[in-house]
Amino acid sequence: MGSSSSSMDHIPNAEELMQETGFSAAHLLRLYERFEFLDKDQTGELRPEDFGAIGGLALNPIGDRIISAFFSPGQETVDFPSFVRVLAHFRPNGTNRTRNGTQQEPVNSRTRKLKFAFQLYDQDRDGKISRAELLQVLRAMLGIQVTEEQLQSIAERAIQEADLDRDDAISFDEFKKVQQVSPHPQTPTKETPLHPTEGGR
Amino acid sequence: CTYKRLSPAFCTLRSSLQNRTRMGLNTGHGSSIKEVPIVTFKWHHVETPYLIALWILVAGLAKMVIEANHHVTNVIPESALLICFGFILGGMVWGADKVQTFTLTPTVFFFYLLPQIILDAGYFMPNKLFFGNMGAILIYAIIGTCWNAASLGLSLWGCHKGGAMGDLDIGLLQYLLFGSLMAAVDPVAVIAVFEQVHVNEVLFILVFGESLLNDGVTVVLFNVFDAFVSLGGSQIDAVEIIKGIISFFVVAFGGSLLGFVFGLLVSLLTRCTKNIQIIEPGFIFVLGYLAYLTAEMLSLSAILSIVFCGVCCQKYINANMDEKSVSTVRYTMKVLANGSETMIFVFLGISAIDKTIWVWNTGFILLTLLFIMVYRFIGVFFLTWILNRYRLVPIGFIDQVIMSYGGLRGAVAYGLAVMLDENKIKEKNLMISTTLIVVYFTVIFQGITMKPLVTWLKVKRAAVTELTLIEKVQNKVFDHVLVAIEDISGQIGHNYMRDKWNYFEEKWMSWALMKPSVRKSRDHVFSVFHQLNLKDAMSYVAEGERRGSLEFIRNESAFIDFKKKFGDEFSEAMPDIMANMSDDHGAASDRRDPVPSVSLEMHEQTMKGMRETEDINTHHLLQQHLYKGRKQHRHRYSRSHFDVNKDENEVQEIFQRTMRSRLESFKSAKMGVAPPKTISKYSKKDQQQKMPNGKSLDRSKSYYSGDEGFTNSVSPFHPAGIENPAFMPDMDPMTPIQIPPWLMEAELDSGMVAPSQRAQVRLPWTPSNLRRLAPFRASAQSNDSFMLADNLTSDFAPSTLKTRECFLFRAIA
Repeated sequence: MGSSSSSMDHIPNAEELMQETGFSAAHLLRLYERFEFLDKDQTGELRPEDFGAIGGLALNPIGDRIISAFFSPGQETVDFPSFVRVLAHFRPNGTNRTRNGTQQEPVNSRTRKLKFAFQLYDQDRDGKISRAELLQVLRAMLGIQVTEEQLQSIAERAIQEADLDRDDAISFDEFKKVQQVSPHPQTPTKETPLHPTEGGR
Repeated sequence: CTYKRLSPAFCTLRSSLQNRTRMGLNTGHGSSIKEVPIVTFKWHHVETPYLIALWILVAGLAKMVIEANHHVTNVIPESALLICFGFILGGMVWGADKVQTFTLTPTVFFFYLLPQIILDAGYFMPNKLFFGNMGAILIYAIIGTCWNAASLGLSLWGCHKGGAMGDLDIGLLQYLLFGSLMAAVDPVAVIAVFEQVHVNEVLFILVFGESLLNDGVTVVLFNVFDAFVSLGGSQIDAVEIIKGIISFFVVAFGGSLLGFVFGLLVSLLTRCTKNIQIIEPGFIFVLGYLAYLTAEMLSLSAILSIVFCGVCCQKYINANMDEKSVSTVRYTMKVLANGSETMIFVFLGISAIDKTIWVWNTGFILLTLLFIMVYRFIGVFFLTWILNRYRLVPIGFIDQVIMSYGGLRGAVAYGLAVMLDENKIKEKNLMISTTLIVVYFTVIFQGITMKPLVTWLKVKRAAVTELTLIEKVQNKVFDHVLVAIEDISGQIGHNYMRDKWNYFEEKWMSWALMKPSVRKSRDHVFSVFHQLNLKDAMSYVAEGERRGSLEFIRNESAFIDFKKKFGDEFSEAMPDIMANMSDDHGAASDRRDPVPSVSLEMHEQTMKGMRETEDINTHHLLQQHLYKGRKQHRHRYSRSHFDVNKDENEVQEIFQRTMRSRLESFKSAKMGVAPPKTISKYSKKDQQQKMPNGKSLDRSKSYYSGDEGFTNSVSPFHPAGIENPAFMPDMDPMTPIQIPPWLMEAELDSGMVAPSQRAQVRLPWTPSNLRRLAPFRASAQSNDSFMLADNLTSDFAPSTLKTRECFLFRAIA
């Protein structure tokens, strides 16, 4: 529910979006309302400040990284289709609606989710998580008490464990392989926030 | 009367004393005086209050003894130990008197011991969590309790018919009555046990909320079946049953509504008590108690009434009342609740040592125990299965087990059992005995085994294979990502009904119930807070001047000795922040050093070589220090501690970091140094200017906010080249700035005078003060730091800014 002022007509290319992302019309509408809410100055596009206004993100250790994941490299703003595409990664796995043969895989497949996570680490988009990048993420996720040396050693060991081709960086394939060894019950495939119609619960 | 009649022992004591005192002294009973009494022994005079005070003292001493040794309390919950203590005491009294002089009577329990516990629960209730899960809580409370009652009653009756219990004079209705009094999960017992077992907050609120709300059902069921029993089986027809159902709605909603009204009353009162601040705290207790009694008088649910009174008034009285009054209320609540709980458990123990009440019927008792456990499990699992189809985050298996196992019965059941009419219910003593056994079993046995059970289950469910480091990190990353996506997509925050309620609440209720000065002072506190910020900023600039550039900001990670610098000035305005200062002295070395515990672990393992130990080290390190996601924060209610949520530190750290990095990236979009003279130049200007709504000028990639209003202030800055702030004046004629209200006038004088002094102490670090945004005035608002952060976004209205501050922020850049 929400203000009934917006309707599907306001959403450009709604049909294509639905096809591409697998969201239902109701979902899309809700996301559009949310988009409009976030877009304070009604430009039709979101800027980082708009994301920054969400209180909860400031309390998230990797909040800023996630925000920048919405922005394609070089872009300063996010329009609605991009917004939806990113969120589509987190749609529940089991409700894939459209699967035509031309798509290689649905948007919310496991690989795509892992890719998203990978890009959180790999800020410079070179396809590899270097030691420095890993260090940055670790720094963000660990408490202040952890000293630089300890961080270094953790990063060191992490890379050693995962790096198979000995290039001192973790590529996407190595990343995937590590995740696949022991599937953790909390990977996003099962537990996702987007759920049909239940408003905010 | 609260206690039973004086025992013979006391009579003999008194008479012997009288004999002794007759030698020339007066007993004080009006017998003939022979001479002027110097001192008299007047036991009878003080008897009742003396005994009460003495028992309270004894209960307190018991608690002291028990808490002396933490090793014991880790294994056996305090409540169980108190009951055992009660056994001992009861034994002593029994030995002296041959009759149990002191038992837990329903009057004392329901009127003097229970209300403060429930008020405490309501006042400290995490509202957002509570109402967010209200649907689930109601399902468990209503349907779950009805199921428990019905199933227990019917099963026992069935077994009776089947002959398992021998010869008992109990009819179906009486079984149902018994079932209804045994059905209710007890809030006192639940808290006592769950404090030990740290479960996640959702699980906790489900069980706790259920234990509070099921009183509505229990009262109704008990009264209805009591009436049925009085009427006799023949009189019951459809009308009566329908009346029973209607009475449920009336009792439950009426009680809640009544509590709500009283809550509003308290809030209104505290709005006007500016002149009698010294007795402000009293109002909440008196009105809470009145809420309870009024509901009791109107035969509504008293517990629901007092719960909702506490729940409703929290926010307003915390805002309206003086800081010290709020502290007083909090402490007093805890003292009363803790004290009551202690006494309840001690007396539960004492009440057992009474030969007159004990009737043993193996079948009845054992079957009751069995059925209670079994039906609780069935009920919880079934209801959870239904709920999980509608819940966003399903309730896991372990949680369900804990919920079922945590369905403890306690003193409420016992109180109800004692209230049974023995004329109508011949087997009252059997029921009392059974109730006591059940209570002891759940509190003692289940209490002791709860922790091991949880540990065993969790260990079992934990990953069988050892995760690699990168996996552990990655899992955490996923957790954080999910929480962030929830926030972004507004799943949790944007519920139509909730929005509507928030709007209504802010517009009407806060307006009516909160002091106008408080509504404004929320801004004021921020303004003071940002005066501090500004002072720091000025110190930056001063230091920059001294050093020639502001590069030091990047490299220094020093912390400010805040108290020393600002303590006196701001302790008035922000006492809570000052109170939190102690953890601001945060050089890394001050915090607990993780190494000792690592070495402990190393000691256990055999040293297989450096790589192994390094491995262990890093894994352990990771385990210990990874920030928990929001989902994992602990429950927020405790009988004996205030800020149970130790992750407050974590939240602060994260917030601080985020702000720091945002500030840096904001700063990095600018290149330049602001000579302080620019500031003084504009300090004389008093214009209020607003800047345009950033769009046209926004080329800056940085974003600095925790609030909506401020975001716009970033925009108009020129990203180009080295900025000489001396040229800033060019921007003056532009249209107004929109910057949050907390950037108000600050005194510049002290900032400008001696930069070297300030720089000498230690370097200021703005974000460390920024993090005060999170725990700011914790008592005034909810403890929920997330809600505080949300408040940041919602409370701020863009307003004007004095020119100077605007330039100051540019100056930092």
